[in-house]
Amino acid sequence: MSDAQREACSVQQEKRLARRRAVSAAFGVACRVLTWAGVAVLGVLLWHVARAGLPWLDLQFLTSFPSRKPDKAGILAALCGTGWLIALTMLLAVPLGVASAVYLEEYGRRGRWASFLSVNIANLAGVPSIVYGILGLTLFVRGLHLGTSLVAGAMTMTLLILPVVILASREAIRAVPGTIRQAAFALGATRWQVVRHHVVPASLPGLLTGVILSTSRAFGETAPLIMMGALTYVAFVPKHPMEAFTVLPIQVFNWASRPQKEFHGLAAAGILVLLAVLLAMNASAIVIRFRASRRFRW
Amino acid sequence: MRGARTEGAIERALFFCTSLSIATTLGIIAVLVYEGIGFAREVPLGSFLFGTRWAPLLEPRSYGVLPLVCGTALIVAGASLLAVPLGLAGAIYLSEQASERTRAVLKPVLEILAGIPTVVYGYFGLTFVTPLLRDAFPSTDIFNAASGAIVVGIMVLPLITSLCDEALRAVPLSIRQAAYALGATPCEVSTKVVLPGALSGVLAAVILAMSRAIGETMAVALAAGSTPKLTLNPLESIQTMTAYIVQVSLGDTPAGTIAYHTIFAVGALLFLMTLGMNLVSHRILRRYHRAYE
Repeated sequence: MSDAQREACSVQQEKRLARRRAVSAAFGVACRVLTWAGVAVLGVLLWHVARAGLPWLDLQFLTSFPSRKPDKAGILAALCGTGWLIALTMLLAVPLGVASAVYLEEYGRRGRWASFLSVNIANLAGVPSIVYGILGLTLFVRGLHLGTSLVAGAMTMTLLILPVVILASREAIRAVPGTIRQAAFALGATRWQVVRHHVVPASLPGLLTGVILSTSRAFGETAPLIMMGALTYVAFVPKHPMEAFTVLPIQVFNWASRPQKEFHGLAAAGILVLLAVLLAMNASAIVIRFRASRRFRW
Repeated sequence: MRGARTEGAIERALFFCTSLSIATTLGIIAVLVYEGIGFAREVPLGSFLFGTRWAPLLEPRSYGVLPLVCGTALIVAGASLLAVPLGLAGAIYLSEQASERTRAVLKPVLEILAGIPTVVYGYFGLTFVTPLLRDAFPSTDIFNAASGAIVVGIMVLPLITSLCDEALRAVPLSIRQAAYALGATPCEVSTKVVLPGALSGVLAAVILAMSRAIGETMAVALAAGSTPKLTLNPLESIQTMTAYIVQVSLGDTPAGTIAYHTIFAVGALLFLMTLGMNLVSHRILRRYHRAYE
């Protein structure tokens, strides 16, 4: 190869290298821009909702029943309904979910049956929420003649979030090191004593975090409740679990699906309340996680 | 021994709680099959699955589910078109480029996005995305598939990003180091080495997100409309399977009528589609977990 050829070759190589570097730099910038664009969408969403909703958000909005006149309408019934529903759902879903997780992690870990159960729970977590609504409608509303009551709603919601509660609780229980269990067994504890005195207390922060996060999913769910026939217009506060009810997301849906602009403002104000409660739940989960990470070290 | 008996009883009680999940699955299948048979008695399966006109509530009645499937497909395709490239870019940024501090900011943002109730996205689509679309394309209907697809895309974006990020991070560092040692640029390492290595995880994430988009209800019920239509034009009003179920349950449809049975038929189809996709995604993930062990 002559010097001239060699020269040309290296010039060509330099050029290619420069192009590859330019492509790489552009790719890096593109990824960065696209990611932050996604974050910006969240900002736009919040800004859009806040701009439309804030003028409607006042004490009167929180303490009034829905009304045909926008400036008299409020979310009192929906807020109370949501409170009832979440409380009842937690009452059912938390013991069942944690018990299932304890069984799967501490008792029946091995074998085909356990893996079948795990696959089944993973699949249940992926079933569309509206299918749970169909189940609730047939089983609880009509089958058990519970009507469109809070109990029927809570039972439907329990089935819906149970897989998520189980998955989150299993995660928390798995984080407890095996040495803790072995130490307790070595001292002669039975399996239940190990679970009760060591595994559950040690994984409690994780369990709480998981439970709060999965309940917040029930909080925002709309479709299954509409499906099972929860009302869209309620002008009373439910006094006991057998009464009819509405929840915040349904109220928002109802207002958003009306053509008048005033009702869209009400819907936005409802969304602000919804997001505030969700944020509070998430924040408490993060606080619990943080405090726990300081308490337990292994 | 009393202790042993208590132990046994506790184990059985815990087992009973666990078996509730099996009962749920069986319950879903039983309800859908039982009521679906009621539907199949009046409408032949072939004309349900392949009929091109869906009008179960109005005369002349017709029970072809294809317009609903088409509406759902339009939403899923549009949402994937938006969320897959964005999600992948986000995942590559998070796992390959971003500093630990940026990750610490972005991860919670993703969690918040994932936790926003779907009815909020429906509101956002109806009052923000649709006006924008109508400014750009004046022929757009008030309810349109594009708006629904965009908000569903935004909705599944955090899911795709998080799962793809996990998949990319599961690729061992040594493979990246080897590629860099051979003179690859960061872009080449990301797209030609890491991404192919994590392909199964990425694929599983995309399928899972699509199945989520199929089952999504409130956002499309609000933004995409309630006009069952066999169309590929995203600017028209359509109806998805889920939105149809909501529409029926909002009205007063007496139990036992054929209109009532349609929600179980559509629900069964929905269940089978999402179940199939979830199982495929699960299977792909299981194979990928073996890859680096």
